[in-house]
Order: sequence, then C-alpha cells, then structure tokens
Amino acid sequence: MERALKKYWPIFLLPTVIAFMIGFLIPFIEGLYLSFCQFTTVNNAKFIGISNYIKAFTTDSQFATSFWFTFRFAICSVISINVLAFIIALWLTKKFKGNNFLRAVFFMPNLIGGIVLGYIWQILINCVLSIVGKPLLALNSVAGFWGLIILMCWQQIGYMMIIYIAGLNSVPDSLIEASKIDGATDLQTLFKIKIPMVMPTITICMFLTLTNSFKLFDQNLALTGGDPNHTTEMLALNIYNTYYARAGMQWKGMGQAKAVVFFLIVILISFAQLKLSRDNEVQQ
Amino acid sequence: MKKFLSIFMALTLILGLVACGNSSATTSADTTTSTDGAGSVYYLNFKPEADSAWQKLASDYTAETGVKVTVVTAASGNYETTLMSEMSKSSAPTLFQVNGPVGIANWKDVCYDLKGTDVYKELTSDSFALLDGNKVNAIAYVIESYGIIVNKTLLAKAGYQVTDIKSFEDLKRIAEDITARKSELGFAAFTSAGLDGSSDWRFKTHLANLPIYFEYETDGIEQTPAIKGTYLDNYRNIWNLYINNSTADPKLLSSKTGDDSRNEFLAGEAVFFQNGSWEYNNLINGGYTDDDLAMIPIYIGVGNEANQGLCTGTENFWCVNGNAKQEDIDATLKFMLWCVTSEKGTTAMANDMGFVIPFKKAASSPNLFVKQDTSYTASGKKPVKWCFTTMPSEEWKNGVGQGLTAYAADQNDENWQKVVSAFVDGWKTEYDLTH
Repeated sequence: MERALKKYWPIFLLPTVIAFMIGFLIPFIEGLYLSFCQFTTVNNAKFIGISNYIKAFTTDSQFATSFWFTFRFAICSVISINVLAFIIALWLTKKFKGNNFLRAVFFMPNLIGGIVLGYIWQILINCVLSIVGKPLLALNSVAGFWGLIILMCWQQIGYMMIIYIAGLNSVPDSLIEASKIDGATDLQTLFKIKIPMVMPTITICMFLTLTNSFKLFDQNLALTGGDPNHTTEMLALNIYNTYYARAGMQWKGMGQAKAVVFFLIVILISFAQLKLSRDNEVQQ
Repeated sequence: MKKFLSIFMALTLILGLVACGNSSATTSADTTTSTDGAGSVYYLNFKPEADSAWQKLASDYTAETGVKVTVVTAASGNYETTLMSEMSKSSAPTLFQVNGPVGIANWKDVCYDLKGTDVYKELTSDSFALLDGNKVNAIAYVIESYGIIVNKTLLAKAGYQVTDIKSFEDLKRIAEDITARKSELGFAAFTSAGLDGSSDWRFKTHLANLPIYFEYETDGIEQTPAIKGTYLDNYRNIWNLYINNSTADPKLLSSKTGDDSRNEFLAGEAVFFQNGSWEYNNLINGGYTDDDLAMIPIYIGVGNEANQGLCTGTENFWCVNGNAKQEDIDATLKFMLWCVTSEKGTTAMANDMGFVIPFKKAASSPNLFVKQDTSYTASGKKPVKWCFTTMPSEEWKNGVGQGLTAYAADQNDENWQKVVSAFVDGWKTEYDLTH
C-alpha cells in the first residue's frame, strides 16, 4: 500500500493541483503581468513597464488615504473582535443550562452574507442618526468608521468565539485543578493558565481577523460605499473603484498595480503578526 | 472481484470518453451551422426598462430570418463593468453602446467604422453620430427629453395651470405657495430629490446640464477643458427650490432614492417630478392618463426663458465590435438596419420601448412627453442640448453629487462653496487626468 502511494502520489494530487492552477496560480500570474500593462480588455494588453506603480502613488492620492483608513480600521476591529469573542467564549464554557443554544445564537450572524448585512445595518444606523439629528452615513465619515466596526464585530465575534471555545475546552482540567489547589484566584487562573494555554488559538483568530479586516470589501461597499467623498473607502474598494468606476485605459493597469501592492501589504502584515504571536506560544 | 472492478472502471472510462466525444462533436456541428449561416448577433443592452421589449424583438427577428440574436441587459449602473468583462470573452458582444464623447474614449479602438453602412445612411443627421475624423464610431439610436413632469390635476387643486409657469420666477412663486399651504392641500410641490448613489444622476448630471448648457451657449463652445461656472448661482437657486419645497426633510435626502421619488409622484404626494420621457410607461402603468400629465422645461432663470424648450438629446450610442468575426459584424449590421427600417422594428421601438429614433423611417411614438417635445420645438422653442455628455468623468459627477448632498443637509455658503469647487476645480482636475 505504502509503495503504491509513493508511486502514484502525483496522480492523486493532480485534481487539486489543476484546480489550484486554474483558480489561483494562473490568474495571479496574469494579474501580475497586467499590472505592468496598459489595457481596456485583458486580452489586449500593451506592456508599459512600472509606470502603473508610480501613478498609483502619485496621480491618485486616494490610495494612501484608503491605506490609513484600512489600517485604523484593522487595529480597532482586531482588538474589539478578539477581546469580545474571548470574553463570550469564557462565559459560554461555564456550565449552565442553555449555553449550547447561546453559542448557536452568537454564531448565527456569521451565516448572513456581507452585502445583506451592510444594507441592514445601513438602515439601522441611518435611523439612529436621524433620530439623534446627526448627518446620515453618506455625509458622516465618523459614523461610517464606527458603523463598519460595529458591523464587523457583530458578524465576526460568533465565529471567533467558536474557535476560542474549542481552544478553552482543550485546556487540561488537571492544570486548572492544580492551580485551584495551589490557591489561585479566577483571574490568576485566567492569565497564568488559560491564556498561555490557548495562545495557538489566539494566533489563529488574530490572523483571521487581521486578514479579514484588510481584505474587507462587501460590507464596505454596502454600508458606506466609500461616502462621503471616498473618506470611508478601504483598500479593496479603492482598487475596485479604480478599475471599474473610472473610464479610460490608464486606470485599469493602475488598479491592477494597486491590487499587487495590496497583496504584498496583506502578506507582509500577516506574516509579521504570525511570527509575533508564535513566539508567545507555549508547549503543552 | 478485482478483475471485475477493473473491467467496470475501464468501461466507465470509455463511456465517459464517448460522452465527451459526443458533446464536442455537437458543439463543432453547431459552430459550422452558424458559420454556414449569416453569423449571429450579441447585443449588450444598456436600458433595463427596455429589456423585455428587446428580448421580444430579438426573438421576432430570429423567427423571421433564422439569425440568432442574443440580448443581454446589464444591471442598472453596471454597464461599463459588464461590458468590460464581456468584451474580454471569446464570444464578445457584437453590438454594445457608449454614452457619448467621453464614454467612447474607452472603446474607440474596437469600434467598427460605420461609414458607408446602410444603417448609417438611414440616420437623419450627422449630429447623431460620434465621429473621429472621418471614421464613424457610433450612432445614436434614441432621442430622449427630460424636464419637470407636472401632475396637472394636483396643480389645478392648488389653483394654477401649466401655462402659468413660464419662467423660474413663476415656478418659484407657485412652488413656495404650495409649500406654504402644504398641510391644507395635502401635497408638496416637489417629490423628494433622492440623493442615494443610485439615483443622484437626476441632479449631478441632468440638472447640472443646465448651467453647463447656458455657459456653453454664452461662450459659443461645444465642450471645454475648464468650466467657469458662470451660472452656478442659478443652479443653487433651483436646487434650493427642489430641496426646500419637497415631501422630505432635506437632511434625509441622502438616503432617498429615485424610486421613492417616483412612488411619491404616483401616490399624488407632490406636483413636480424632475425626470424624463423614459418614465412615461412607469407613470401610465401607475394609473395616470395623458390628461393628468405634462412636462415643462427646467427653468433656472437664465437666457430667454420664454423660448426655452425641454432638454433633448441622447446618451445612447450604438457601437459595433470591430474585433468580432466578419460574418457576425455583417449579421449585426443587418439586425440594426432591420430594427430601424422594418415595420416590426420601428413600431416595437416606438410603442414597446417608447423611443423616438433618429432614423428616416421612424414610427411615431405614443409617448406624451416625446410628443410634447415635438410641439414645443414646432412652436419655436429651442431645446436645451444634452451637454452632460461632455462632463469629464464619472468621478466629477460623484464629486458634485457629494457636494449637493452635503449642502442639502446643511444649507450654508461654505457648503455651497464645496459644490462650486467640485464643479469648477474638479472639472479641470478630471479633464487633465483623462486627457
């Protein structure tokens, strides 16, 4: 059996490799090539070198603004989602009646698509803003920012909570018992035993929330659409707008160049974060 | 057992191969028939409201000639996006449309030169074609008008008639009088000026056309790299009138849509509704008759108002994809010619779609607003041209739209200054970026 596997593994791998090539590798390489081209339709591109990259940072100041907005958003949402999800997970790992039901309830928002959520929250937030007499979302970038945070928290907390619950459940009872016998308080147990033991889970959740925040698109499109005046436009939406909302050849390649830069930024940040939290993990 | 299994697998494999072979054989047979025939037509339609009419016309044409016509309609506001991705496909649209001199910039390299084609010869005037030197890139296929649609019944209830409105001053006086008596009358002057991103084209594009048109007229130009904004104060006046005499609180306009506005008009909540001849079918289906409705010019207090007509023009130009196969191009040209010359084609365009088409054999349209435009012009009034096709980019329009929204929520000079700057400075910036 083992010998057969050794001999035939390329055949078993083939479907996945083909799917990966068609769905990811080939489009990626083509996209990379297009970022150095000027084009209207992708099959009719002319190579022009790196001028798209230069223009992405010079003619279009919006890209930098979007980057900072995305950055601020990512920090706020990563912290709030993870802290809240962890607290809820702690609460729901206690033994009481109905905690399974509550887990399902908290997980539910994650099942609804981003566009739908965006429009629902737009109506809710606009309603609140009009009652308190503040400018509506389309004119209010502060409300737009916090609206996005609230929306993302609402959607992501349930998902992260499930992962945290799994992590917390895998903390050995013997360790917690031992700490109790040694006279540790609940807080001490939390910070000295539980958190160090779930560090791998925290790494995963941080990674997921961080990349999700950076790549956020549909919620942004539906909730604010970048209004007012592109001030709530995140990187992904900015790229989309550059590519599609602009008429003229020069914009397509520029959008493509931005997408490549965006890819590099997301890769860099995620690796840095993975490295940082891996260093904090302990061996069981 | 093992032997049986391998035989079974081999059989499945062979069966699969046969099946594949079969299907590829049919597809190749399909292509041969269509190359033997007269090619096929793929029309990417821009107007969602005319979709069903186009589908019907296409199937009629197929029934008559045997040529396959596919009509696909892009979702509202997504035409360029759809076109861009469709054009990259191997079976790209053979017939598509652009919105004017600015829109053609993206596509002029793919446009088939329509000069010398039969359908171009049917065009009533060269002013309905987009020319690039000697090359005919695109031809307009529909002429539309817009203005302020009036509910005559409600206007009469307020004690006025359509003929009382002959200038901006009249419009202002009547609108403000209706607002003053709003609770007593039970309706407002204007429908809410919906500024949601899907609907603000009525103001950032269509209403903004008027100051641009009058500036072009005064300066004797057709387009410009830098607008001066001579008549922006008049733009502000008409905008004030719209937002302060409407069904909705100006602060809430940013979340209102064009559909809200139409529904208010249909429900009889307002007398005036700025929109165009394309709304006719919606209003008739909503229960109005020709006797209830009229369209008046948008007066902004500039020029000879007694002589001002409706805003009439087009932003719908047909282009033929020059990269398509020759037989498909020929089939497309024949289809276009049939649409604008045959009895079936012209009546469908006039009746089902409610279009006035700029072609010699056009059938007359039952659309009231179109008829009104004709009679205004016949009585010597001068139609306002659609200069908004020369606006530098979508981005420019969005900037003006944002300014209008902010100003509506908080009407002060500082906010208006932002509209002016988006209008004047934004024009130059965007023009330079695209040229």
